[in-house]
Amino acid sequence: MSSDVLAVTEHRRGGLRDVSYELVTAGRELADEAGGDLHLAVIGGDVEAFAEDVNRKGVDYVHTVDRGEEFNHDVYVRAVEALHAELDPAVVLMPNSVNGLDYAPAVANALDLPLVTDAVAFEWDGALAATREMYNSKVETTVEVDAEAVAVTIRGGEWPGAEGTGDAEIAPFDVEIDEDALGSRVIGFEEAGGGDVDISEADVLVSVGRGIEEEENIELVQELADALDATLSASRPIVDNGWLPKNRQVGQSGKVVTPKVYLAIGISGAVQHVAGMKGSETIVAINTDSNAPIFDIADYGIVGDLFEVVPALIDEFEG
Amino acid sequence: MMKVLVTVKEVAEVEEDFEIEGTGIADRYLEYDLNEWDDYAVEEAVQIAETGDDIEVVSVTIGPERCEETIRMALAKGVDRAIRVWDDALAETDLLDVAAKTRILRAVVEAEEPDLVFTGVQAGDDSFGATGVSLADAVGFEWAAVVNDLDVDAVLDESVARVHRELEGGVDEVTEVDLPAVLTIQTGINEPRYASLRGIRQAQRKEIAEKHLADLGLDAEAVETDVRLTEMYEPESESDATIFEGSAEETAAQLAQVLREKGVGAE
Ligand SMILES: Cc1cc2nc3c(=O)[nH]c(=O)nc-3n(C[C@H](O)[C@H](O)[C@H](O)COP(=O)(O)OP(=O)(O)OC[C@H]3O[C@@H](n4cnc5c(N)ncnc54)[C@H](O)[C@@H]3O)c2cc1C
Ligand SMILES: Nc1ncnc2c1ncn2[C@@H]1O[C@H](COP(=O)(O)O)[C@@H](O)[C@H]1O
Repeated sequence: MSSDVLAVTEHRRGGLRDVSYELVTAGRELADEAGGDLHLAVIGGDVEAFAEDVNRKGVDYVHTVDRGEEFNHDVYVRAVEALHAELDPAVVLMPNSVNGLDYAPAVANALDLPLVTDAVAFEWDGALAATREMYNSKVETTVEVDAEAVAVTIRGGEWPGAEGTGDAEIAPFDVEIDEDALGSRVIGFEEAGGGDVDISEADVLVSVGRGIEEEENIELVQELADALDATLSASRPIVDNGWLPKNRQVGQSGKVVTPKVYLAIGISGAVQHVAGMKGSETIVAINTDSNAPIFDIADYGIVGDLFEVVPALIDEFEG
Repeated sequence: MMKVLVTVKEVAEVEEDFEIEGTGIADRYLEYDLNEWDDYAVEEAVQIAETGDDIEVVSVTIGPERCEETIRMALAKGVDRAIRVWDDALAETDLLDVAAKTRILRAVVEAEEPDLVFTGVQAGDDSFGATGVSLADAVGFEWAAVVNDLDVDAVLDESVARVHRELEGGVDEVTEVDLPAVLTIQTGINEPRYASLRGIRQAQRKEIAEKHLADLGLDAEAVETDVRLTEMYEPESESDATIFEGSAEETAAQLAQVLREKGVGAE
């Protein structure tokens, strides 16, 4: 086995995704600690342009697999398997993205590698020790891997994206894939419907989460939004429950918003929610739980019951 | 005849204040419930079963006896029967990693031979987000991860799962996979029902088969894991938030002042 790191980049609809550059930073960090090289895989799409683009400082090799336009998990699994057979790396690094979740576990299983997902930090000392969160970010844990080789997925936004131009060797890598053996077919993409408002345009968002408990209580936060001349948005469970339409959802699978003021009411601050609102200028959190992760990114906070605080706040503006 | 297997996990939720003991949270601060994502997976399976007489829905969980209450909830919602895997060897491991879960669930899939397997996208407690896809590879099924739409007619008539995979940023990927397949189910795909009183009564008579590792042709080695949980701690608060103190009225007044300074609510 080598001491190398193989990191698998991600692209969608013609562009590399940010996590690709973050993988370079994280991969370089591990490769330095393990004393090996950093290899990148670029699979599908405009592989030559992508390879030039991810050839950032610290990359030693880029392997391009010119196969299809978009992500297909069968192709990714085969390609990573073949690269693994060639390079025998100590670490296979993949993104903990929706597509990462669609192939990384299969790669780990196929290669019989232990799998650590959603790592937010790690160290290499002959073997991997990674930091992961549990219980909705309420605790952090260390997991140690008792094996010389491992598959890891990294959380987006935890490592800075690599910059500068590298002097990696870029070369095509041939993988034999039996077209008939592909059991999955990507047909296309669909955008979530537009709807009546664009929350990403709003200056002030009153955003409501599961702390609101019942559908009929949505009225209360709507009243606050009206009093503040703000727009109402929500965390995912509110939309899943059908209490507000999908175009109101903030987060990884909803909208990314950057308002002047974001009021998070009864929202815990799960990583997928924070991904959509952490760029807000001022963040206010109202939550009964002083340990809720939303307070980590808030500028102002009230530790209290929304059913008491929100009416009082409405009074302030209307009274 | 068609069979849908749904993996379900009883997950622990942590109370607002809690204490860590060793590498876990002290049990008195934990409340147990059916994993949110699995609730949607159960509903999706039951909705498929409701389209015909010949469709069986089986749930499997790996967990101690305590989980039976949670499994009964799945049975009350329309699952036909359940399997609970437990063993002394399992009681001794403090983290069941993806590989260990895969080995156990693989044995169950091989015994049950389902056409479709539904798992949740992730378990709400340790959130590997990986069990379904790993299992698919292990049993040689096709798969799709993070599914928020499934064409049930295509499942029944064409033996394909035509799904939407929910990507980042409000974009769905439309994908087709051949059956048998594992789908990891995302919240919002349906509206999970509440168990009816009749359902709860019927669930009392449904079977929860307890299986030990040996019953599945496995031994203790199958649950030996290369991924060990060695530390658990409360993250250092990164918060530099100004926290307003006082009654609801007092805190609301302080917040209102800050908001007004930022021009909020000004006509
Ligand atoms: C692939 C994937 C994509 C996802 N995409 C998104 C996304 O785009 N957007 C998103 O939001 N989530 C997303 N999620 C879900 C995310 O993981 C969380 O489950 C979700 O954000 C939790 O929403 P919440 O904070 O409203 O609910 P919870 O986490 O249940 O938090 C409710 C909060 O309300 C507080 N509370 C309760 N009662 C009161 C009260 N009376 N007064 C004040 N506070 C109270 C509680 O202390 C708690 O902090 C995604 C998950 C996955 C796996
Ligand atoms: N102990 C378990 N028993 C049964 N199913 C499980 C168990 N752990 C995880 N799963 C299934 O795998 C899904 C993803 O879990 P995870 O990969 O652990 O985040 C869950 O939603 C469950 O459907």
